[in-house]
Amino acid sequence: MKALEKPTPMTKTFQLAAIAATASFAICAQQVKPDGNIHVLKVQGNVYMLVGPAGNSVVQVGPMGVLIVDTQTADLSEKLIAAIRTLSDKPIRYIINTSFDADRTGGNANLARLGAPVVGGNLGNSNHGAAILARENVLDRMSAPTGQKAPTPQAAWPTDTWFEGNKEVFFNGEPVITMPVPPGHTDGDSIVFFRHSDVIAAGNIFDMNYFPVIDLAAGGNIQGILDGLNHMLDIAIPEHEQEGGTYIVPGHGRLTDEHDLLEYRDMLTIIRDRVQYLIKKGMTLEQIKAAKPTFEYDKRWAAPSGPASSDGLVEAVYKSLKK
Amino acid sequence: MKFWARATAPALLLTSALFSAPAFAQEDLSGSWNPQFMEDQPERIPGPDLVDYLGIPINADARQWALSWDPDRLTLPEHQCQVHTVAYIYRGPLELRIWEERDPQTQELVAIHNYTSTYEQNRTIWMDGRPHPPDYAAHTWMGFSTGHWDGNVLTVNTDHIKQGWHRRNGIPSSDEITLTEHFIRHGDHLTHVSLVSDPIYLTEPLVKTQDYVRATSSNGNWLWPCEYVDEAPGRPQGEVPSFMPGENPFTTEFAAKYGIPAQAVLGGAETMYPEYQKKLKNMPIPPKHPVTSAPAR
Repeated sequence: MKALEKPTPMTKTFQLAAIAATASFAICAQQVKPDGNIHVLKVQGNVYMLVGPAGNSVVQVGPMGVLIVDTQTADLSEKLIAAIRTLSDKPIRYIINTSFDADRTGGNANLARLGAPVVGGNLGNSNHGAAILARENVLDRMSAPTGQKAPTPQAAWPTDTWFEGNKEVFFNGEPVITMPVPPGHTDGDSIVFFRHSDVIAAGNIFDMNYFPVIDLAAGGNIQGILDGLNHMLDIAIPEHEQEGGTYIVPGHGRLTDEHDLLEYRDMLTIIRDRVQYLIKKGMTLEQIKAAKPTFEYDKRWAAPSGPASSDGLVEAVYKSLKK
Repeated sequence: MKFWARATAPALLLTSALFSAPAFAQEDLSGSWNPQFMEDQPERIPGPDLVDYLGIPINADARQWALSWDPDRLTLPEHQCQVHTVAYIYRGPLELRIWEERDPQTQELVAIHNYTSTYEQNRTIWMDGRPHPPDYAAHTWMGFSTGHWDGNVLTVNTDHIKQGWHRRNGIPSSDEITLTEHFIRHGDHLTHVSLVSDPIYLTEPLVKTQDYVRATSSNGNWLWPCEYVDEAPGRPQGEVPSFMPGENPFTTEFAAKYGIPAQAVLGGAETMYPEYQKKLKNMPIPPKHPVTSAPAR
């Protein structure tokens, strides 16, 4: 890198050839694009990432059966089940939902129907279907008070809910801990930690494709997103020089480790701080949007429109901070 | 029929051996190599000044990222052991060991391995034609590399690289960069050429060269254990140091120190080319002032 040096014809020729080589590789480097199918990627231990067009599921398999975190949308169930069957022919025992969104719960009914809960003696009917674990707030948002029409069919509802603290099961030789996080993406978010395999399923508070969606109508808040990301940073331990070790499967996008999570947390913290700084200067929402507090992150992280766009995120952060 | 089968089989094998182009005849890069620092020494050894973006083809996005970057960010526990990515690490002080991996049955070249002492990074350059991983696979500091020989030049293509920096004073490199390298051996001298393409933060590829000489004895320090420490006791959990827009106190420090126009130090593709010298003559130079203090927290 010799800035301001006069290039010789040789160096110019070499530069042109080199740039052409780079451009050509950049084109070649375009990898698999969403193709409507569900792809299986082994993470580590007993845990696999199932990558679909509606986001990621996490599957843990072993002699006791199958545990799946998030079931994608209902239209993908057939493909999701086929992908699971490449890993195990044992019954689906547990479904865990990290939020109430359709991309987390849409396949609940279809998958649960094929499963069976872990029960014994006279405790239940083993043909009842897989147990669906989620926080009480998830059930609240999927169901409706008696006499009113629920937004989702009853077969998709969580069968096993809780209000506070962790939900812990020991399955296929390892502790599986579902941990609530403060209201972030919604008010029913959880993360799931596979303690022996050392993998975290993050759900929709962590999206490697776009900015996170802060669903204000469902109780979301920027601070909850940050608290959830910081909580995962506390759990994650890199193996060597800030790489590997604990892997984190985001709700959408590629597999990550602590450093990817860290850069995402840093970005959202900086954006929150900027919006707060501009609010303190007396600026309105429209003035803050015009100031472009997400500018240097937009090309990589902003969705073209909607809640994960630049304006969508700024508005959600602004309203979170104004509460 | 059997005769023809018997007679043609060795001929086919010979033809296959001659024309399937296994990597038999190229340079052997194996050995230990030490970098030379005659080129870009201030950047590579002591490190670049803050807000010195000269000669980097950054776009406005990267510039804003860099101007909001507070060096204190490196004191966060999770940033303390952050590695230079493969697109940067060959610039630094390091010892480089290269060795080959060959198929024990055929002796075909399967991979070329690199070990860099800085951050103890192991890198594999696959030479067996395998495909790159899918886009949903994890990224690493060293990325995923495949190589081939262009004559005696080893050309390597790498992707799946983590987010890092193009220059270690805050200029970001995205997790979408791709890297093309050429390893060119001239006896005991090795030239390393790297071309980084970044669709997020660069307007054109960043081209760099580094030179190495063969080490006759391996007596250096090959280890780099890293363990974070508490560098800022009492810092609230989750705090991320950064400068608010327009409030970076170091914006003109480097420019004033060296008598360079403040606009020029903000970099961009045009600052790489000699034509820019004409523009420089008409740009104002900031007055010299004492070294800036870090803002109180």
